[in-house]
Amino acid sequence: MGFDRIIGIAGTALNAQMTRMNATASNLANAGTVAGTEAGAFRAKRPVFKALLDEAMTHEAAPYVGGVKVDHIVDDPTPVRRVHDPASPLADPQGFVFQSNVSEVSEMVEMMAAARAYQNNVEVINTARQLMARTIEIIRA
Amino acid sequence: MMRILEGSLGLHEQVLGLRSRRLEVLARNIANADTPHYKAQDLDFKGALSRLDNEPSAMSATHPSHFPVGDTAGSDGLRFRIPFNTSMDGNTVELSVEQAHYGKAATDYQATLSFLENRVSGIRKALRGD
Repeated sequence: MGFDRIIGIAGTALNAQMTRMNATASNLANAGTVAGTEAGAFRAKRPVFKALLDEAMTHEAAPYVGGVKVDHIVDDPTPVRRVHDPASPLADPQGFVFQSNVSEVSEMVEMMAAARAYQNNVEVINTARQLMARTIEIIRA
Repeated sequence: MMRILEGSLGLHEQVLGLRSRRLEVLARNIANADTPHYKAQDLDFKGALSRLDNEPSAMSATHPSHFPVGDTAGSDGLRFRIPFNTSMDGNTVELSVEQAHYGKAATDYQATLSFLENRVSGIRKALRGD
């Protein structure tokens, strides 16, 4: 039966979307952080997904070919904001601090997209579970 | 008696397997809705079913140097879906389309299941003899 695989594949997607949601939460939490250098400023994190195309890419205990995993996490390339704030203890000699490049609006959109994708996969699992239960019922027909 | 069982379940048994395989392919598409460069697939149900029947195709390679025509032997019946719209990241999964297909595939599965259920209860009735 393919149902355990369906549930497994949707499970890998739940995992990946949860990572995406975590990244969004981390980005939102760091939306207001400042740093003294441009390199030290917080940059929004985005997970990049990858399809599990064959057995070599899956975990031994979870051989769900066709699932998805988080391949790596990239930094948002948007430049960080340089703000004049001499009162800040982190300000550089010229009195500038570097704010994170997190955009709250796009993070909220990202969070909603991740939540919807998560719900979709939960529905997939629910449907597969119901069909599985009905198939088992055949014995009692 | 074994013959009764084989004959009466008929094609439905194999079709049930195919239908659950299609559900799996669609589940893959939904799982990879946000994967860059992922290409959505679907099962060519008609082709897969005719392969189950083992009907000889109109054209077949009868000589080792013939080129294969149409589906090759190792083909799993999967086809890439042609998207209605393209996306920036090269992903061809359209979630609403996949959801619709998944819903229909689930109903198809239940239909096949109902046929099977009828067959099983028919056999039971015959065996009980009342």
